[in-house]
Amino acid sequence: MSVKKIHDDQPKEFKFSEENLKKVEQILKKYPEKNKKSAVMPLLYLAQRQNDNWIPLAAMKYIAKHLAMPYISVYEVATFYTMYNLAPVGKHFIQVCTTTPCLLRGADKIVKLCKENISPNENEISKKGNCSWMEVECLGACVSAPMVQINDDYYEDLDEKSTKEILISLINDKPLKPGSYRGRKNTSPEKVPISNGEKHA
Amino acid sequence: MLKKENRIFKNLYNEFGWDIENSLKRDDWKDTKDLINKGREWIINEVKTSELRGRGGAGFSTGLKWSFAPKEVGSRPHYLVINADESEPGTCKDRDILRFEPQKLIEGCLIAGYTVNAHVCYIYIRGEYLNEGKRLQEAIDQAYAKNFLGKNACDSGWDFDIHIHYGAGAYICGEETALLESIEGNKGQPRLKPPFPALVGLYGCPTIVNNVETVAVVPTILRRGGKWFASIGRPKNTGTKIFCISGNVNAPCNVEEEMGIPLKDLIEKHAGGVVGGWENLQAVIPGGSSMPLLPKKVCDTLTMDFDSLIENKSGLGTAGIVVINKDHDIVECMARIARFYKHESCGQCTPCREGSGWMWRILDRVVKRKATFSDIELLSDVTKQIEGHTICAFGEGSAWPVQGLLRHFRTEVESRCREEPLIKKKLNNPYLVDQHLLENKNA
Repeated sequence: MSVKKIHDDQPKEFKFSEENLKKVEQILKKYPEKNKKSAVMPLLYLAQRQNDNWIPLAAMKYIAKHLAMPYISVYEVATFYTMYNLAPVGKHFIQVCTTTPCLLRGADKIVKLCKENISPNENEISKKGNCSWMEVECLGACVSAPMVQINDDYYEDLDEKSTKEILISLINDKPLKPGSYRGRKNTSPEKVPISNGEKHA
Repeated sequence: MLKKENRIFKNLYNEFGWDIENSLKRDDWKDTKDLINKGREWIINEVKTSELRGRGGAGFSTGLKWSFAPKEVGSRPHYLVINADESEPGTCKDRDILRFEPQKLIEGCLIAGYTVNAHVCYIYIRGEYLNEGKRLQEAIDQAYAKNFLGKNACDSGWDFDIHIHYGAGAYICGEETALLESIEGNKGQPRLKPPFPALVGLYGCPTIVNNVETVAVVPTILRRGGKWFASIGRPKNTGTKIFCISGNVNAPCNVEEEMGIPLKDLIEKHAGGVVGGWENLQAVIPGGSSMPLLPKKVCDTLTMDFDSLIENKSGLGTAGIVVINKDHDIVECMARIARFYKHESCGQCTPCREGSGWMWRILDRVVKRKATFSDIELLSDVTKQIEGHTICAFGEGSAWPVQGLLRHFRTEVESRCREEPLIKKKLNNPYLVDQHLLENKNA
């Protein structure tokens, strides 16, 4: 798995909000009583949502205590899975899929646009607006390639023009709608030949 | 070509609405109670007659898998786990089932759960599919509201609950034992088999793990009969399958077709043909990134089913078809896949953890024209060292695409290599972490 950097500036304390504590109870009901440990992944997600999309070490300690499991086991899980952010990310967090099916349809151009418009390096919060971006592995929307995930939503069937519009809308904090940017219905085949872009579709 | 009346997933593109009312119109949950009352033996036999093979990649007989679950519930409860951790590059079929045909999956879960004596089912969805998971949860709630789930589910006398568990971006969790580890709250590292999950699975209890598509087709099979399903496709490779056609085609799409359809038909009739025409085709990855690629020569006559692809030294896998045309550098495409496997290796077995990095670095050198001829031998050797020497099939999955490249495009790879020893002076290769590789005699 990828190397993850733990953020230098860690908050001292972390506590679930009242609302989240209720959610925790609901989550724990899903698993057998003696297997509370199973809830570690959903709880890490909750912590991530509560703490501006990243997980501080204090939250891991808190969750470990809550589930009566060793801190190192929580740390292990948080560092193993790539979707847990261990350092702050932008309010608009752009994940660009660059695996082969997207690469074939021009994902490299999207990466280039991110470098130009957001920040020259991955995981760097932009100067204008509150955005950051990173390259990720296959997001499982290959027939809608190239695509990006912004926070929870998929933006599909992109090209250079639409990507640029989306990125600018994020910088201005007025995100455009997710979905297909070629106006097609989900993953159905299109009858008209694709004309945007030159060499790539 | 699949006849319209034989299509199982009628709402694959959400033309008719995904919610339960519309699903009922499409015959979901029709006579489910009667199907269940016919008993476990009948269900397993019917699924065996249909010759349904698992749709998650390995193609194992579903009826047989279900019959492995202990007949009587002992001191430990049984579990049903649905694998919706769809992460294989080129594959996005389960996503559409989760979004647009959730009731088929839920009904299948109830039937499968009853058959393997499970009262609880976990659906493991990859973390990125958050919206799809929310949709599925809504569908589950709708099913609860109609008493199709819960106590005495669907009036069948069987109690059944479904819970969703999200993954968090680890490809390896698509491997069944890694998935179980992940639900248990550990790192997703595969377990040794045997014992198989059917006997010792989730929380040490008997567990059956099935792919989304496998379970979702079961209710229709039972309703229309195993013989009907077996009549589609060809022997041992029966039924319909959702194919995902991506890459350099004019109209990339998901489409349900019968097994054994010629690849050329699939690409030309459904996906609008290869960009630049069929003659511009370079290679096709037929079953998700872990299956070896096939050159155009083979693709001309290839039919898409488990056995014919094995004859061609590849595999149907998840039926995620990635089309690569001649405008692209085939070595670069495969180097990117090697990078994917390097990134996703769980790190448990040394051959895979180290080997996947080696393969990527060597292929990257080939792309940058910095490799020597001896590198090709080294690459070939590394793939052989990984294959068969790991706990799970991830090792094969990472080695096969590279082997496929060397098998079919060796001249292409060789044309980028040079005779000179790789490095006399130390090149500034920041990605070359293993410094000992720089000494040729160690490499």
